[in-house]
Amino acid sequence: MTDATWHSVAAKDDVAPDEPIKVEVGDTEIALYNVDGEIFATSNICTHAFASMVHGFQEGEEIECPLHDGRFNIKTGEALCPPVTEPLQTFEVKVEDGKVLVKA
Amino acid sequence: MPVSETYVVVGAGHAGGRAVEAMRNAGFTGKIILIGDEPHLPYERPPLSKELLQGKPEAHTPVRDDAFYAENDIDCRLGRRATALDPARKTVTLDDGSHIAFDKLLLTTGGAVRRLPVPGADLANIHYLRTLDDSRAIDAGLADGKRIVVVGGGFIGLEVAASARQRGCAVTVLEMADRLMGRAVLSEISEAFRRLHAEHGVDIRLNTGVASFDGDGSVTHAVTGDDEKLPTDMAVIGVGIVPETALAVDAGLTVENGIVVDEFGRTSAPDIYAAGDVTNHLNPLYSRRIRLESWQNAQNQAIAAAKTMCGEAQAYSEVPWMWSDQFDANLQVAGLPEIWDRVVFRGDTGAADFIGFQMAGDRVVGAMSVNRPRDMRIARRLIGGDKPLDDAALADEAVSMRDLMR
Repeated sequence: MTDATWHSVAAKDDVAPDEPIKVEVGDTEIALYNVDGEIFATSNICTHAFASMVHGFQEGEEIECPLHDGRFNIKTGEALCPPVTEPLQTFEVKVEDGKVLVKA
Repeated sequence: MPVSETYVVVGAGHAGGRAVEAMRNAGFTGKIILIGDEPHLPYERPPLSKELLQGKPEAHTPVRDDAFYAENDIDCRLGRRATALDPARKTVTLDDGSHIAFDKLLLTTGGAVRRLPVPGADLANIHYLRTLDDSRAIDAGLADGKRIVVVGGGFIGLEVAASARQRGCAVTVLEMADRLMGRAVLSEISEAFRRLHAEHGVDIRLNTGVASFDGDGSVTHAVTGDDEKLPTDMAVIGVGIVPETALAVDAGLTVENGIVVDEFGRTSAPDIYAAGDVTNHLNPLYSRRIRLESWQNAQNQAIAAAKTMCGEAQAYSEVPWMWSDQFDANLQVAGLPEIWDRVVFRGDTGAADFIGFQMAGDRVVGAMSVNRPRDMRIARRLIGGDKPLDDAALADEAVSMRDLMR
């Protein structure tokens, strides 16, 4: 996205380890993850079928889709196993004054 | 391996699609021929009874896009049925009379709908649901105010009922047994889904079968076993599938409630494999054979068999798992134990928000959940694990499921 700008979407404390949360920027659903204290953001919608990643199972830097067990790397968006083949979109994140900002 | 080898996959459903993909992923560079009697490239079946009947055609989920098959040099023979298999000469015959010689062959022939032998079942506007074309035919008949009779209160029947209701149809479900999905779920789950459907205005008739259909060309009434005549614009019959084993039986393979295979997908004939709904396969976790009709089994058993064919022997060894979506409720079932001592519930069985753990001693051997996908993911690991668990902790919402896993 060429016109991406930073959006404050959550407090850092809202994002607990292994408990991803959903935020929205305009019409875009974004999932926020806490991986060892660091915050990461991906698209919330699985690239395989319509499913919300925040309902999935996070384990370290992997998120598993709740519908079909497809797994993605949270940091890179890489698709790791069938049925997923397309990567998840990732978003730049920064934390300022306890706020999570996402570039979207 | 020599490039001159030919692998043939008979059955271009979900399992067949994943198999050819896995063969190329495993580095097989020989010829791959994929034979399917549907006109479509492989696709996943779960949306057929859900999104595709809810006005969301974009939910159609091909296993891979069209370009994949060309780019990977997979020779797709669609709209073709295999009519004979000769394991000794290693040839398969198609319904156009052509013969194909193979080095190895994989049967992913799936299942065919069980037909209901009642008078009038051949009238127009009576449908079964297995294929994309079936789904599209049903979809074309769904509209606000239409009356639909669904025969069979299993997963497929109830998903069709929910989808039709969401389209504004007046829906009646006839189920022979005294509860819904009785073959697959605990009675508390049956009851939760009976309530769910009732709240959404579906007329659920338990202990009720269909005796016949009336109509002049097209169905106008479904007649119940109690001789009640239900006016209807369309009927959908969902009373299960039977494994498509004719080819295997004729070829002399061992068939017993499906094609018998080991954990690698090997049939009783050398170089002939099978995977998916059609197999009665050995699951090493259970030390017994099971036949499954599920998305997971179609995908992962096919991948394991395909890898084995390519020389990377991989056993298919997973905790069985399946799901259903009806209205806003997600149902998941895992483990499929034959026996258990008791059931421990976490959550409120009266509120469509709970998970039940089937226990054998201090181990979880099965789990079923309504609207708890995340808990279910952990429950699936508990089933596969060897950790002793305490009933009180399993039932206590204050104890996190993740802590139970650790």
